[in-house]
Parts: sequence; structure tokens; C-alpha cells
Amino acid sequence: MDVLYFAWMRERIGISREKVETGAVTVRQLVEELSCREPRYAAAFADMDSIRVAIDQELADFDAPLAGVREVAFFPPMTGG
Amino acid sequence: MEVRIQREPFDLGAEANAFSERQSGIGAVVIFSGIVRDLPGGELEAMEIEHYPGMTERSVAKIAEEALNRWSLGDVLIIHRYGALKPDEMIMMVATSASHRAEAFQSADFLMDFLKSRAPFWKKEIGGPRTGWVEAKREDEDALDRW
Repeated sequence: MDVLYFAWMRERIGISREKVETGAVTVRQLVEELSCREPRYAAAFADMDSIRVAIDQELADFDAPLAGVREVAFFPPMTGG
Repeated sequence: MEVRIQREPFDLGAEANAFSERQSGIGAVVIFSGIVRDLPGGELEAMEIEHYPGMTERSVAKIAEEALNRWSLGDVLIIHRYGALKPDEMIMMVATSASHRAEAFQSADFLMDFLKSRAPFWKKEIGGPRTGWVEAKREDEDALDRW
């Protein structure tokens, strides 16, 4: 699946998108998997209260299943308007 | 209903006039526009607005549709910019039309509350030592409970 990062998530991890092969069943498992990769991921995912997730471009929660999902995006709370 | 997510500036007066002129049988138009606010001491060089292409268009259209379902409206227009904007530049606008002002005001207020916290935009203030991402405010999230 494609994993996308926006705003300070993108800056901390250093890329805006990547392909990820994963056996993670939920978003939370994917986060744990990514956090174990490298310190920059661990730093970006350190404060989960400050992170939002979208699955296939719809806001979701961290317990949402990943089966059949094409795109997961992580970002801080939105500041539009 | 019209939603435009764009980098280019827009002409608020021209948009407001065109929106008003294409309505019929309505009695009220409300226009709101958001402007890049400078930092204290004029330190802001730019406001960088990042967004999530694809999700932005979808989520803003969904918010507009929700407003059309909740109130009896003639029409809704939303324009929101992204990219690097200078202080005093126009960031975005919403326009609503209805038979009476209460519906036009309320729906514009609703649109703004949801655009602030549920549309995937992120603002970064660029200006020397103050450079950094704008943090979402607790009260902006709480404002959604009003609806």
C-alpha cells in the first residue's frame, strides 16, 4: 500500500510517500511496525495524540482494519480555513 | 455547489458578485473570507499551506453537501488556496445563499468550523525564529460539538 505523510510528519520522516509491504492488520500495528524501523519514524510517531490518520482518503481511527486498503495517510490535526 | 482548491489568488469582489448574480429567489447572501494574519511585529514572511490533493476536494465537497442537507440553501461556494501566501493575502472564502439571513449565516459558520478541523490543510508560518507549524486549537475541535 501507499503510505503518505503530511506537514511535520513528512518533515520528521523526510519523505512524503512510500510503498509499504506489511502484514499489519490494523493501523495501530502499521504504526508499531514503522516506528521500529528507524529513529526518525519513532520520533514522528512518538505522540499518537497529535496524529490523525486517513484510510483511502477518509478520516479513520487507529483500530481500523487495513485489509484491501490502497492508501494510508498520517498527519497532524488539520488547520484549514 | 462549487468547490475550488487552487494555488492562484482569487478576486473576492468578483467572486461575491458572480455568486450573488447567479442566485434567484433568495433573500440573503453571506460571504466570509479568511486572510493571512501577520505575526506580532510584522515577522511573517509567508504562510505555507499544505494540503492532501484528492482528499481535500472530497472532504470539502462532503462538508458543503452536509450544509446543503442541513439548511434550506440556494447555493454554496467554497474556494481554498494552498501554497506560499503573503501576509494580508486571501486564503479562502465561503459564500452561502438562502431565503433568509439566519440560514445563510449559520451554514457559513458551520462550513468554517468544519473546514478548520476536518479538511486536510496544514499551515506553516515562515518568519525567522518563529517558523513553525500552526497548532490546531482545542476550541476549534470543541466548536464542532455545536453542530
